Amino acid sequence: MNAIRSIGAKIARIITGDDFWRGIVSIVVFLILWEMGSRSKAWFGFAFPWISQIPPPTLVLLEMGKLIQEPSFWNSAYLSTLRVFEGFFAAMLIGIPLGLSMAVSRTFYGISFPVFEVFRPIPPLAWVPASIIFWPTQELSIAFVTFLGAFFTIVINVVGGAQAIDVRYFQAARSMGSSSWDIFRRIILPGTLPSIVVGATVGIGITWAVVVAAEMISGGGSAGSVGGAAGGGLGFFIWNSYIGGSYTQIVAGMISIGIAGYISSALLRKLGEFMTPWLAEG
Amino acid sequence: MAHARTRTGGRKVRTQPSAAVDLSSLQKGSYERRAQSAPKGEIRIVDAVKTYGVHGTGILAIDNCTFDVQAGEITVVVGPSGCGKTTLLNAIAGFHGLSSGSIYLDEEMLCGPGKLKADSGPDRIVVFQNGALFPWKTNLENVAFGPIMQGRLTRTEAHEKARHMMADAGLNDIEQNYPGEISSGVRRRVEIVRALMNDPKVLLLDEPYRALDSLTKSVMHEALLEIFYKNRVTIFFITHDLEEAIFLGHRVVIMTTRPCKPKKILDIDIPHPRDYSVLTTKRFREIMDETAAAVHEEAIKAFAAGERER
Repeated sequence: MNAIRSIGAKIARIITGDDFWRGIVSIVVFLILWEMGSRSKAWFGFAFPWISQIPPPTLVLLEMGKLIQEPSFWNSAYLSTLRVFEGFFAAMLIGIPLGLSMAVSRTFYGISFPVFEVFRPIPPLAWVPASIIFWPTQELSIAFVTFLGAFFTIVINVVGGAQAIDVRYFQAARSMGSSSWDIFRRIILPGTLPSIVVGATVGIGITWAVVVAAEMISGGGSAGSVGGAAGGGLGFFIWNSYIGGSYTQIVAGMISIGIAGYISSALLRKLGEFMTPWLAEG
Repeated sequence: MAHARTRTGGRKVRTQPSAAVDLSSLQKGSYERRAQSAPKGEIRIVDAVKTYGVHGTGILAIDNCTFDVQAGEITVVVGPSGCGKTTLLNAIAGFHGLSSGSIYLDEEMLCGPGKLKADSGPDRIVVFQNGALFPWKTNLENVAFGPIMQGRLTRTEAHEKARHMMADAGLNDIEQNYPGEISSGVRRRVEIVRALMNDPKVLLLDEPYRALDSLTKSVMHEALLEIFYKNRVTIFFITHDLEEAIFLGHRVVIMTTRPCKPKKILDIDIPHPRDYSVLTTKRFREIMDETAAAVHEEAIKAFAAGERER
């Protein structure tokens, strides 16, 4: 009862806030301008450059309404999401321990950082051909490229976060009798957590950008060839729509990716807030 | 809600001492008992030298520094910023080594020939200039940290004792808050309680009130004295504020600036317990007058040295 009331109060506060209405106005104005631009030929007698090529939002919305009833669209979304999370979790699983080791051990840092720094600037997409050669299946190649997208960001954030922990915390913990393991568990780990959250939130955004491109280039992965043209992930879905000449589907696919990326980042941010309660304001 | 719960929790602890925790040592009367027993924490610094840089070619931070910190007293070291007094504190705490010389705690060598860096330990707890409460732990968890780490108390026992100590210092309503949620003055008090939880022989305070405004500072001074009268823990206090030094200290050590060594050591004959009315007494003003010139002279030297370095 109390919980329901507090959620209600929260929603009421959001709806009555200025930011909420600014957001609504911004989206509505954007959609109206888009609609006008797309239909400029019919409405104003001349075509606006560039934007008149793009299907209007009303048609895109209709297309999306149709798409969400199609299992193949959901299968594409599911495949991309799966690849994003595979790559992302692998990046977290390998990146966090690696970053922590680099921050903790000077020797390890000295050995690994130069190699790491050479590989870091290589765009994940430049890995696609090599990845297709290295890995036995298309699926693994795509997952590997997605992994790279998040991996470097996560490692850099972990190293930076751990190195930025104030030396006084170590001194205080040490003089209060902490062992090295205690210091790792109770100082380094929680001290790095905010940076891990930042790295993860940024990383998953990159992962979405990368997975779509990897799917386009590699032809949708092995799952695509089995499940037919529409089964290869959202990237392949967009590419396929382009080849098939369905512009509304292209835009609908793009918007789906935007929404999926937004949801995954928001989930991670919420999870991060939950794990770092000391950073909450007020 | 949370506050009410913790407060009743604290009361329960006080009225029904559990067998698991030695609460007798927490009752007010026992502080006096502890005070009567011979105080611990005498520090002797003998010919301490510290140079920074390679093989003594660098800056001489401490030179031939010799003085004592009496057990159960407040000794305040005064010197201009950057004079090397924090270096000395770090050597006592075991954060950095000396270049030569030795430091004894209750006649036991902390560092000296053959072992120039002391081990840090819970018998010497530092309260840092900008505070070092762990931001990811609640205030209660921070206070309970030491005994758990040393394996002296279980988590439950440590939390119980921490609750009691915090209640005693008037901090019980912020137990469940994070350090980031309370004012810096209160943070410093929590940190001193955290230090006391380790039953240290000596508290090392490194300009703990530097960042506070003067009104908060005066409140903090009286709170520190109150804690000191209750616990009679030896206090080694570093500051650049002469008024603070004379108000708090049994003994004030005025340092020269780089290299750092005692220029003047004076025993303050204003009787304890002191409160803020001391500041307006004739004797306090006299001591200020006697010492201000010496401190000012060093401040000018430090300033000139700073100018030259630039």
